[in-house]
Amino acid sequence: MNGFEWMSPGSVEQAARAASATVATAMARRSGTPAADAAVLKAGGIDLLDLMKEGLLAPRRLINLRTLPGLDRIEPAGGGLRIGPNVTLAQLAAEGRLRTRWGALADAAGGAASPQIRQLATLAGNLLQRPRCWYFRSRAHHCVRKGGDTCFAFAGENQYHAIFEHNGCAIVHPSTCATALVALGAGLKITDRAGAKRTVSLEEFFVLPELELQQENRLASGEIVTAVELPEQRASVRSVHLRYAETESFDWPLADVAVVLDLAEGVCRKAAIVLGACAPAPHRARAAEAALTGQRIDEALARAAAHAALQGAMPLSRNAYKVPIFEALVRRAILAVLAA
Amino acid sequence: MPEDVRTRSYPVGIAGVALGELERSVPDDEAPPLPPNARLNAIGRSTPRLNGPAKVTGRATFTVDVKLPGMLHARMLRSAHPHARILSIDTRAAERQPGVRAVHVIEHPLGRANEIPSPGEPDAAHRRVRYVGDPIAALAAVTPQAAQAALERIVVDYQPLPFVIDLEDARQSDAPRVFDRPVRTEFFLGPAPQLPQHGNVHGPDTSASRGDAAAGLRAAELVVEGEFRTQVQTHCCLEPHALVADWRRDGLTVYISTQFTAGIRAELAEAYGLPLNRVRVVVDAMGGGFGSKSRIGNYVLAAVELSRKAGAPVRLALDRREEQIDSGNRPSTVQRIRLGARRDGTLTGVAIEAYGSAGVALGASVGNFAQSIYECADFALEQSDVFTHAGPGCAMRAPGNVPGAFAYEQVIDELAERLGLDPITLRERIDPSPLRREQRRCGAERFGWSRRQPPGSSPGTLKRGLGMAQSHWPALIQINSSCEVRILRDGSVEVRSSVQDIGTGITTVLAQVVAEELGLTPQAIAVHIGDTDFPAGPPSYGSRTTASITPPARNAAYRALRLLMQVVAPSLGATAEGLIARGGRIGTADGSRSITFREAAAQLRNDQISAVASRSDDYGGFGRRMGDAAIGRMGLGGVQFAEVTVDTETGRVHVERVVAVHDCGRPMNPRQIESQVHGGILQGISYALFEERILDRHTGQMLNPNLEQYKILRARETPAIEVHVLENYQGNSATDAYGIAEPSIIATAPAVANAVYNAIGVRLRVLPMSPAAVLTALGRVPSRSAPP
Repeated sequence: MNGFEWMSPGSVEQAARAASATVATAMARRSGTPAADAAVLKAGGIDLLDLMKEGLLAPRRLINLRTLPGLDRIEPAGGGLRIGPNVTLAQLAAEGRLRTRWGALADAAGGAASPQIRQLATLAGNLLQRPRCWYFRSRAHHCVRKGGDTCFAFAGENQYHAIFEHNGCAIVHPSTCATALVALGAGLKITDRAGAKRTVSLEEFFVLPELELQQENRLASGEIVTAVELPEQRASVRSVHLRYAETESFDWPLADVAVVLDLAEGVCRKAAIVLGACAPAPHRARAAEAALTGQRIDEALARAAAHAALQGAMPLSRNAYKVPIFEALVRRAILAVLAA
Repeated sequence: MPEDVRTRSYPVGIAGVALGELERSVPDDEAPPLPPNARLNAIGRSTPRLNGPAKVTGRATFTVDVKLPGMLHARMLRSAHPHARILSIDTRAAERQPGVRAVHVIEHPLGRANEIPSPGEPDAAHRRVRYVGDPIAALAAVTPQAAQAALERIVVDYQPLPFVIDLEDARQSDAPRVFDRPVRTEFFLGPAPQLPQHGNVHGPDTSASRGDAAAGLRAAELVVEGEFRTQVQTHCCLEPHALVADWRRDGLTVYISTQFTAGIRAELAEAYGLPLNRVRVVVDAMGGGFGSKSRIGNYVLAAVELSRKAGAPVRLALDRREEQIDSGNRPSTVQRIRLGARRDGTLTGVAIEAYGSAGVALGASVGNFAQSIYECADFALEQSDVFTHAGPGCAMRAPGNVPGAFAYEQVIDELAERLGLDPITLRERIDPSPLRREQRRCGAERFGWSRRQPPGSSPGTLKRGLGMAQSHWPALIQINSSCEVRILRDGSVEVRSSVQDIGTGITTVLAQVVAEELGLTPQAIAVHIGDTDFPAGPPSYGSRTTASITPPARNAAYRALRLLMQVVAPSLGATAEGLIARGGRIGTADGSRSITFREAAAQLRNDQISAVASRSDDYGGFGRRMGDAAIGRMGLGGVQFAEVTVDTETGRVHVERVVAVHDCGRPMNPRQIESQVHGGILQGISYALFEERILDRHTGQMLNPNLEQYKILRARETPAIEVHVLENYQGNSATDAYGIAEPSIIATAPAVANAVYNAIGVRLRVLPMSPAAVLTALGRVPSRSAPP
């Protein structure tokens, strides 16, 4: 790991002005060598330090957001909740207010990583973490996402890679909280260097490789996420997030799915179904949502919706086994919401 | 052989089953026969680890904690290419870097097969690197950061060459050659046999064959066959390979995480032409080895060389990536088994064709499992190594027998089903071991084997299955094993040997053995081991530590106590022969006169009395002798039962419960034995379900060189484990104790595989049994994609 300077800004604006690059822009270099002059933002530091230890990121300066006041609270906002970017995954997993209407987020946060990491990892950091693709994480592979010419996964070892929307790059988005938040219709509040604020829906925030190969989202250099906004949900809404990994302790999912259903007397008024670990961004299963909307859900319909969710999947040479796993997981998540 | 031999009576048999007595002629200076454990005070009792508190509070000193004044930090430069000729190495810029004190270029790497040199060939002038991570050079600097920075200034001019990663590709006659000429290598027990070599295929070795397997198969009424594939597993020691080398004018001292201090000393002495008395090897606390820390490697010689050049101590510790790519591994195997039997289960013939890859090394064997465990006169084993451009394999916990048992115990399971026999019933007919007979009985009862349902009959999507498998491992002994016991004038006692405690608990066992003999408590014994300044002890591999060092420890204690008794006998008005040591006192056998052990020691004329003893031959003789080592007449066994659930929609196998019944002669410390069996089972499940080294076939890079993407069993994958250890007495030595490390892992993967079969009715013949493998076997993976 390189030596670096440490900066503790006094405000969000000061932090934004001090940042010269996003982690993505500091990493994606034609030369294959990470930028040596970048000043990047650090929240929990989990992924950042991992990238630095692997020599994939070598910033000159880290700007510590962790000690900025007021960014680690969960507050009511309208009928919804405003979650500070520094709220930890452990906080979310233990938050009683999420349990009623935003349960999928608590499930996702509580199932991520390990207890130690959940104590340190922040929600914003979780959403902004880089992918786990082993070619992306290997210094020996100068892949497209790091400024090279090749996605090594297509012809290589792709058992953990995408089955949807892998146009040019076959990463899967690593954040299970993102899966849940997209399904819950969450938005992000973002502040830039000039102090200008914008709000963007999380679904639009994430981008696919066909639009942007070298970053997973639309965060620009000098922008800081200042809140995650959970919109109001009707009292009849229930949500569940399920994850499935090779090991149940501290492992990245092979598949994860969030299902949000508005149910009135057994009939589904509205459905949101999002698949994680299957595409470079959280993947909305609209065909499955349509299959449920307006219908009385039973086991057979859940199975049909799950099947619809996987229509159009394009597995690579070694990951077709993920298709039946996703089908099972989507069906189980729908039935779990019914039982919730 | 000493001249004085006397006949003594030893307990033999399994305690609680059939315990008898056997007359043995043993040397007169051996400690007298020990009764069964039930009548002992220290041996056979579950004794907490003496170094446990130091370990859990962080006070224990591991090699990575060793800091010497003026110590430098070394890093190694490794090949970025899977195969290349090194045209030149320029270290000048690195040498000029601030803080750099020495640079060393590795010319003759160890730990792999080596071409038999043929001078005059043009290629001989250039070294070739043969795998990503192949060490090229090392340097030492004042800080780790300075060393790393300087490493990047070494300029290597590579001429990349064609390479082959995939085992099947490597077998083709037109595959890029890993070695152009015949190779030689050294195994633990001497040079490997010279075998044919065609392209990358070295072998076959047919030395284990006997009888006429083809005729045996023709005579069969039923033939079962299958092809099995096992992956490469890495050792994943918690503590990395590490040393601090301190070369001084008067000798070399090496602090090293090793499984064999005395062996490292001998290897270093030979490498540098030093007498043994100028080389000292030291290890205190250790975090595992599993076979990978048995010998000197390139990193050891590099650190020593750098210390010699720099005139300062040099610390070198591998990082996790280096651990994964270049500290050894369990080689892959492909095994084709044909097994013929009669309707009553009698095996008429077995033919096994196996090949596998240890990368640039030899040793991808299926072990001695199939050839040893069941009776079959007509047996053929042809096994070959296939060289690939991958990191060298080395011994790993029960080498050969782990993949061998995975395949063979499944074939036996299948035979039982085809014959309509319970798997236990079949084994009753073909397994001659009386130990495993009792282990099957005991295990089946504790496990509830009678609950087992026909294969695939479990209802629903989450299917439950029960399976069992057996373990076989030779009882290895290091004859060259010595131990000293000292009784000091204040009544304190110390044990001294170079034997090392790799985490398995020999420290505590030695204290128990000496305490038993001296009538003291284990806590009263100071155990000083892991230092070649003490009498040379055995290696801690091959499950031989306890069998090798506890008999000399007991004999040394016995002889030191005899000396003490001769000193104090007059003051007790008795003869030395009439005295006993018990409960911290020395006195007459009738208890009428006694003094405390401390009072007795105070009568010593000198500060201490001392006795050194070495491992005697087994009283009944050895089965086979090989240099410093020997194989006992009776093997070590074990039977394991596994209960699993298989999610047939997601492919996940979850092991819920394992019942393990094992033997290790006289159990010395049941709690530590249980702990070691737990370790074997967990490592076995991890091998069965999760672990796999993944190399990128297009670049030769390991894609999971960490403990994140290299999947390994963790807390939630840990089943309920019940361990039962038989007390098996053979009257073979002063302690009659044997090891448990390797027997405890062999049966796990096949027991899980047989349970998976029982659950889903489909047999998994490939490791790891990952969701992808399970779903593929179940036919649930869409066909547009090749199975992984």
